[in-house]
Amino acid sequence: MGLEYNVPENVVITTRLDEVVNWARKNSLFQYPFVTACCGMEYMATASARYDMARFGAEIPRFSPRQADVMWVVGTVNHKLAPYLRRIYEQIAEPKWVISFGVCASTGGFYDNYATVQGIDKIIPVDVYIPGCPPRPEQVLDGLMKLQEKIELEPWRKYAYEEKKRAREQGGQADENPLFQRVK
Amino acid sequence: MSKKVLDLVQTTFSDDVIYSHSRLGNDTVVVKRESLVAIMEFLRDNDATKMNFLRDITAVDYLHRTPRFEVVYVLYSMDHKHMLIVRVPLNEDDVQIPSVSHLWGCAGWLEREVFDMYGMIFTNHPDLRRVLLYEEFEGHPLRKDYATQASQPRVELLKPERDSVEEFLHFHKDKDQATGSRVAE
Repeated sequence: MGLEYNVPENVVITTRLDEVVNWARKNSLFQYPFVTACCGMEYMATASARYDMARFGAEIPRFSPRQADVMWVVGTVNHKLAPYLRRIYEQIAEPKWVISFGVCASTGGFYDNYATVQGIDKIIPVDVYIPGCPPRPEQVLDGLMKLQEKIELEPWRKYAYEEKKRAREQGGQADENPLFQRVK
Repeated sequence: MSKKVLDLVQTTFSDDVIYSHSRLGNDTVVVKRESLVAIMEFLRDNDATKMNFLRDITAVDYLHRTPRFEVVYVLYSMDHKHMLIVRVPLNEDDVQIPSVSHLWGCAGWLEREVFDMYGMIFTNHPDLRRVLLYEEFEGHPLRKDYATQASQPRVELLKPERDSVEEFLHFHKDKDQATGSRVAE
């Protein structure tokens, strides 16, 4: 109490811990591009110099799910591919987010047939949908900023929070995640 | 030029050619299944035809027609620059057809694709498996009696895709017409 009055002015800022954590998370998004179709061109255009996704801290595509935060599902996903998409999603370490890029990934698009998954939200949870066939880079950046907003506002310990909520709904107590015990 | 090929096939295999035409510039012979390999071998090796390039193999499903299917071979000669289409009608209760993969190497995969999509059984094929769809897929989707939207998911979905999938799962085989599509358990 009163600790912040003793520190030098304009040198130290006091804030809430989750603000800091979320600020760090939203400005350092390592991406896993799951590119299957023509939307990939637009993804590359967004990532390259003219539109420059690096301005939003989302500059390094990591082709290993173990090192990624955001999964971009870019293009059509068919039923043959579905198990692999889910497996790669499960391999990403938490916290993780998913962006559905383009209308095929979001709803199946005009591939209304036996082969195509009618939106990847049938397989994995999705955070942001970017419509368009393909979406323009401006739209993609807008989607990225929407995701940043979402990260900023979500509880820092989102997964612990979700676990607790689930346990409360089932009428029990959630096991405390040992990773978070130190922080308390 | 190609009319010559058409006439040559007709005179050489007069008993085996059911019908031929050159409508819209596509020279087509419809032949019997039994003599398919002999005709194809003749077309490949004869100096006048020299069909050394098999462009495509595909099939057509004329639902409610007898014979129901037709397998289509598109042949091309790199040397003479002429094209010929060979079609083989097949009844739906007997979809076996001899393979031509020993004549053209590319026929192997093309025949696998026709098997995948239409369910034709190519006898003497070295490795007749599905080429595009997955192993556990039931039925052949390009047949006209396959419900277009009837997907067969490999993983448990988080939410249902659409209602027609449920309809498809309750779909029963029509007793009057042996349509050959998937039968509900």
